[in-house]
Amino acid sequence: MAAEREPPPLGDARQPELEELEDGEDLFTSTVSTLESSPSSPEPASLPAEDISTNSNGPKPAEIILDDDREDLFAEATEEVSLDSPEREPILSPDPTPAITPVTPTTLVTPRMESKSITAPVIFDRSSEEIEEEANGDVFDIEINVSDPEKVGDGMNAYMAYRVTTKTSLSMFHKNEFSVKRRFSDFLGLHSKLATKYLHVGYIVPPAPEKSIVGMTKVKVGKEDSSSTEFVEKRRAALERYLQRTVKHPTLLQDPDLRQFLESSELPRAVNTQALSGAGILRMVNKAADAVNKMTIKMNESDAWFEEKQQQFENLDQQLRKLHASVEALVCHRKELSANTAAFAKSAAMLGNSEDHTALSRALSQLAEVEEKIDQLHQEQAFADFYVFSELLGDYIRLIAAVKGVLDHRMKCWQKWQDAQVTLQKKREAEAKLQLANKPDKLQQAKDEIKEWETKVQQGERDFEQISKTIRKEVGRFEKERVKDFKAVIIKYLESLVQTQQQLIKYWEAFLPEAKAIS
Amino acid sequence: MHEVFLCRVAAHPILRKDLNFHVFLEYNQDLSVRGKNKKEKLEDFFKNMVKSADGVIVSGIKDVDDFFEHERTFLVEYHNRVKDASGKSDKMTRSHKSVADDCNRIGSSLYTLGTQDSTDMCKFFLKVSELFDKTRKIEARVSADEDLKLSDLLKYYLRESQAAKDLLYRRSRSLVDYENANKALDKARAKNKDVLQAETTQQVCCQKFEKISESAKQELVDFKTRRVAAFRKNLVELAELELKHAKVIKTHFDNLLNMLNG
Repeated sequence: MAAEREPPPLGDARQPELEELEDGEDLFTSTVSTLESSPSSPEPASLPAEDISTNSNGPKPAEIILDDDREDLFAEATEEVSLDSPEREPILSPDPTPAITPVTPTTLVTPRMESKSITAPVIFDRSSEEIEEEANGDVFDIEINVSDPEKVGDGMNAYMAYRVTTKTSLSMFHKNEFSVKRRFSDFLGLHSKLATKYLHVGYIVPPAPEKSIVGMTKVKVGKEDSSSTEFVEKRRAALERYLQRTVKHPTLLQDPDLRQFLESSELPRAVNTQALSGAGILRMVNKAADAVNKMTIKMNESDAWFEEKQQQFENLDQQLRKLHASVEALVCHRKELSANTAAFAKSAAMLGNSEDHTALSRALSQLAEVEEKIDQLHQEQAFADFYVFSELLGDYIRLIAAVKGVLDHRMKCWQKWQDAQVTLQKKREAEAKLQLANKPDKLQQAKDEIKEWETKVQQGERDFEQISKTIRKEVGRFEKERVKDFKAVIIKYLESLVQTQQQLIKYWEAFLPEAKAIS
Repeated sequence: MHEVFLCRVAAHPILRKDLNFHVFLEYNQDLSVRGKNKKEKLEDFFKNMVKSADGVIVSGIKDVDDFFEHERTFLVEYHNRVKDASGKSDKMTRSHKSVADDCNRIGSSLYTLGTQDSTDMCKFFLKVSELFDKTRKIEARVSADEDLKLSDLLKYYLRESQAAKDLLYRRSRSLVDYENANKALDKARAKNKDVLQAETTQQVCCQKFEKISESAKQELVDFKTRRVAAFRKNLVELAELELKHAKVIKTHFDNLLNMLNG
């Protein structure tokens, strides 16, 4: 207990640092840690201390009441928040609550209890380093696999269920290794939940794989041909990459929805991801409205950094699309090459059969075999081309679209702020007029409105600053990730090409003596 | 392929003595060969039609000589298969070339990405694009070589086997003539009319037939040896070239990987 008492003085001493960290830190986790200490009477001074890291020790951990009623905790948290800094408001507006299904809070709180009671002083000592490490994503101890696509059900109601296996040593999860079954709409549901929570604050949420009506219908109908198996495989790989990218994001990793997705065995059906549902149509209408708005908003960009980044992302988007198209063409042609080589191999074999001269006949059949092996090789290379390279490019094109979306949100935020300022100005003018006209009752109302709008302006400004800051951090992280990803993928691709060449050499070397043996 | 054609004509014991051939080789000014005009083309077309119709009739006749019978069946089958192989090999070399073209486009896209990128990816991209450039050239060379060695070979033998078939056809034609002449002679002898004329025609036909059979036999044997030798040469060269190119490409990739990893 004494050990657990240590933190507060340490925390207080490092208050200034913590303040800085707090701003950039994930607001959601900080609210979760406020959840922990909410029942115990919080002193506002100690709250910043808790905001340090996800593994932070509350100053009074012993007093945490494990409330089983999720609603209650959440309600208290909102209460808490209103006392505290107003920047927490956008995150904790009650809207997301209904979408989040109840998760037993023990999963949130107990692991922390365990970690705290066991190694309390050590954790706190490491806390600031941990923050940095987590921010850099270096201590990254979670591995996700998507496997075993299984067809469940029959006819048009059939769907593919995928097994999501998580291996982790992070303390926030129940166990170290667990797996659940999920279907595609579950993934889409997860993405939409994360997007509603984080996109408008400036976090880059990785986009989920796209829907494909044609592909899924083929699978549903039960056509067991190669194109449907390819489709399922493609989707499985895309889902795996999506989850891996999502958990790499330190903020998103903390999200309870994500945890629920990975852990709980039963997940409520995300019905509003269906294309023809009410929510789907609403989405399309919103998208159209957004597109129109974008054209009308002319932002006065004061920050050169953002302008540069915008331009950069436009260019990158264009280039990646071009490259993606070329790589897809390459995949297509290589598949063609493989098919043609196979046809040639068969025909060469037949030629060898009809050939009189025995040595030549044998050589020709050898040639046929070589060509057949080469055809297999080409096919494998085509797969590598596709899965390694082309899908990565597709993913990044979608990611950049998400980045652009985030930048658009920033613009909208700015617009809101400006609108608030304009309204404030109008209200002030109205007030001035009323003062001249000398109508006391209306004057009071005008003064109230002015106050209201003043706060709104301040809020707008703060929001804008916040979102800009978050975006800067996110973009920095995105760039780093991009460099890492691309390097890794291109090296893997080149290695596959080297392998192909190696095999080619082997085959032709084997063939050469046969050819020479023709007398 | 022109070289092959000329060498063959030169190697042939009879054709090499042809005056036209000598003129072709020695005349050091422009030969001004007149191309076929429309009338001649039309004539050719009709001749072909007649020939193929005739060929169908003639091919129904069973040959006395085993050698020729065997050769005929062999040639017909071989011709078909060579045609098939030649077509497929053409398609294969064409797809190979389009793959090389794609690599070219990818190389240039990577180059633009590299020049525009501001992170340390740019050097990376530039190097990879260089690599793609080099390998693209080599891949194009591979497909060209394949084209040269394999497809051309098959196309040539397609036409050769067609020519051999034509030879056999001519021989069958003369055999048919010979047999017809024999029948005519018998009929004439039976009727005791125009016996001498029938006899002379029969003699002529017989001679023609014998001569053509002999030269045909020689030609066909030559055809076989030539075919074996040509296939051997080309297949060996094909394998060697493929090997060489594959090794070069591999060393390029290896170098790049070392540079990137190190």
